[in-house]
Amino acid sequence: MITTEGLGKQFGDFWAVDGVTLHVEQGEVLALLGQNGAGKTTTVRMLTALLAPTRGWARVAGYDVVRDAAQVRASVGVLTEQHGLYMRMTGAEYLDFFGQVYRLDASGRQKRSRYLMEYFGLAEVTHQRIGEYSKGMRQKLALARALIHEPPVLLLDEPTSAMDPESARLVRDEIANLRSSQRAIVICTHNLAEAEVLADRIAIIYRGRVLLNDTLEALKRRVLGPVEYEVKLSTAWDSAGLKLPAGITLNERKATSLRFRVEKPQIANPLLMQELASRKAPVVALQEVPRSLEQVYLKAMSQAVQR
Amino acid sequence: MVEKLRPVWLLARRELRDQFRDWRILFPLIVLTVLFPVLMDSVAGSAVEFVNDYGGNLVVDRLVPFSILIIGFFPITVSLVVALESFVGEKERGTIEPLLSTPFLDWQLYLGKLLVGVFFPLLASYIAIALYLFLVRYQDLNLPSIYQIVQLLTLTTAHAVLMVSGAIAVSTQSTSVRAANLLASFIVLPVAFLIQGESALLFWGNDQVLWMAVLAVSVLAALLVRVGLAHFQREYLLGREIDSLNLRWMWHTFWRSFFGDARSLWSWYRDEVGASLRALRVPLLLIVALMVAGGVLGFEWTAANVPAMLGETSAEDMGRIAEQLQMSAGVVSADLQFSFLTIFGHNMQAVMIMLFLGMFSFGVLGALVFVANMSVVGAALAFFQLFGFSPWTIFWAGLLPHGIFEFPAVMFASAAVLYLGAMLVTPDPTRTMGEVFIQALANWFKICVGLVLPMLAIAAAIETYITPNLLLKVMG
Repeated sequence: MITTEGLGKQFGDFWAVDGVTLHVEQGEVLALLGQNGAGKTTTVRMLTALLAPTRGWARVAGYDVVRDAAQVRASVGVLTEQHGLYMRMTGAEYLDFFGQVYRLDASGRQKRSRYLMEYFGLAEVTHQRIGEYSKGMRQKLALARALIHEPPVLLLDEPTSAMDPESARLVRDEIANLRSSQRAIVICTHNLAEAEVLADRIAIIYRGRVLLNDTLEALKRRVLGPVEYEVKLSTAWDSAGLKLPAGITLNERKATSLRFRVEKPQIANPLLMQELASRKAPVVALQEVPRSLEQVYLKAMSQAVQR
Repeated sequence: MVEKLRPVWLLARRELRDQFRDWRILFPLIVLTVLFPVLMDSVAGSAVEFVNDYGGNLVVDRLVPFSILIIGFFPITVSLVVALESFVGEKERGTIEPLLSTPFLDWQLYLGKLLVGVFFPLLASYIAIALYLFLVRYQDLNLPSIYQIVQLLTLTTAHAVLMVSGAIAVSTQSTSVRAANLLASFIVLPVAFLIQGESALLFWGNDQVLWMAVLAVSVLAALLVRVGLAHFQREYLLGREIDSLNLRWMWHTFWRSFFGDARSLWSWYRDEVGASLRALRVPLLLIVALMVAGGVLGFEWTAANVPAMLGETSAEDMGRIAEQLQMSAGVVSADLQFSFLTIFGHNMQAVMIMLFLGMFSFGVLGALVFVANMSVVGAALAFFQLFGFSPWTIFWAGLLPHGIFEFPAVMFASAAVLYLGAMLVTPDPTRTMGEVFIQALANWFKICVGLVLPMLAIAAAIETYITPNLLLKVMG
């Protein structure tokens, strides 16, 4: 649905995006993470056929972003960094205008905009001027605009910024629904928790280049190392004589817990449990130590800065 | 085609609706539409009474058409405000990106904005003119003919399109509304001069010349629209964040275009000037045609109209004309001989005026200066004929010796000005408007320094030291 190869954009002497290669399938959500100015928005603008790549190529919904720019724009729904709403229009007028832009017929426009306004909880303010909307309402309306023509590709820049938790949850649910309806979605976000929940794949961009691009689990393994497990004990227990099965590296030893890394947990963990049981260790639980995207991101960034 | 124009109307309709809700646009429009005709009517009434006391009938006759021109012009000044902020205003408000992300084509966006800028102010202009004409009926004044009203309405429409297209070009090139407003003087001042010139034509009372002015303004407006369309780039609207006058970049761009890859004077002439000259083939053909047309028209018009005028001229004036003619041909007394520098400076001045006028009119005014010069040459030859000299003798002895260099030099300069205009109106998605302008200017200077300047220097030397002696010998 979205494919880029060596995509680059130069402004003057500065390469804002440099050799970005991405692939987003139907039904997949890709989160683009990176610092401000890393090149996320420029990448999205190239995918929207707003900026022409200086080098490389990109195809969106089967169309080339340079050759078939109009078709690309017709196939994507874009939520820009700024809402970009016309403050003197009412919400209904606004959606109707964009419905016409995307050539929906009158009844289709009406149906679709009524559905979106209701879905995002804006039904009561449909006929109010957008200037009177709250920040969150404006964000929801902007998202409704991006969805008005049911595009096969969605490019969302900070989709839940400025939203209250309830609305943000609503938007996240909607994005999840859209994924299941076979769309390709790209989200630029600084909200790592949101990316963790929504994204199938995560690409971390640093100074215009893709540092990492993989599933969350694969990124965790790659950046933070093999999965870490923890054995919890009910009372203090001397683990000094414990014989660790092959493949297990002990990281931390405390009186009531043990932390270790393991390459093949399906083989090593049962052996460890047998060893602990044979030594009558008061085991309460064996669990994976949770690792967040934030840890992955921060470590990747610090490594990139050091390089 | 209708289907392709649908987005233009869609965009325009949305913005018109938006404007209709903005009192900052509506208020001045209403005031200028309603109050100004009333004010003008009252002023015209008083002016008529005053002028009638002194028998100035012609002035009175022209006062109403002049007032129509002015009344029509004031509401369309609002169009400037609307058009100036059309793109850059959307950029500042952050609404440009969603709009640019739609499947609208570039020309549809541009024409939509043009329509928005022109529609309300022009409507207000027409209403104001109608209101004024209605009021005039109740004064003791003559209403202009339908023919004249059509002429003035056409002129008002051309003014609106000219100003709006210029303002949109400014709007697409600016990064803030403030910068766009500052640049607006480049539209307001030339249009103000234009209105003054048209007012003079109105009082002069020559309908045909006024039609020519209507045509010229319309052509200029069309060219500006073309420039706007040619250089409208979505990327440019999003790519720039601040206005900066990068003199270093400007100089480098100019320098690179002027010298190209030349390593020596010879390679510069061979590769750079040669390439520029080859690009001038079509403009040169046009200039040759204009030269012949201008010369023939000047000659024919003088031969047909001047004898009747001369019949009414006194002997003293005739003597003065003959003296002027001799001077214009270079036949001067020894103590009045022009120096090389005077002639060279005069010719260079003419070339620079052509460039200056051509820069602001896409080459059109530059070429017109050339045509006007050729008409004068034709007229001068006709004058000589009327005064009993052979025009061919004057041509061979008084013009050709230095003209062999001077005519081609001026033709090259004029063709290069036309080419400069053509470059500006030619779409080029790879370069910005500023880049195109600097490179076109560098191209003109290449021709000027490489060819025009040396040729004019040789021509001036011949005109100073050879032509007068030759003419004196031939004419006795």
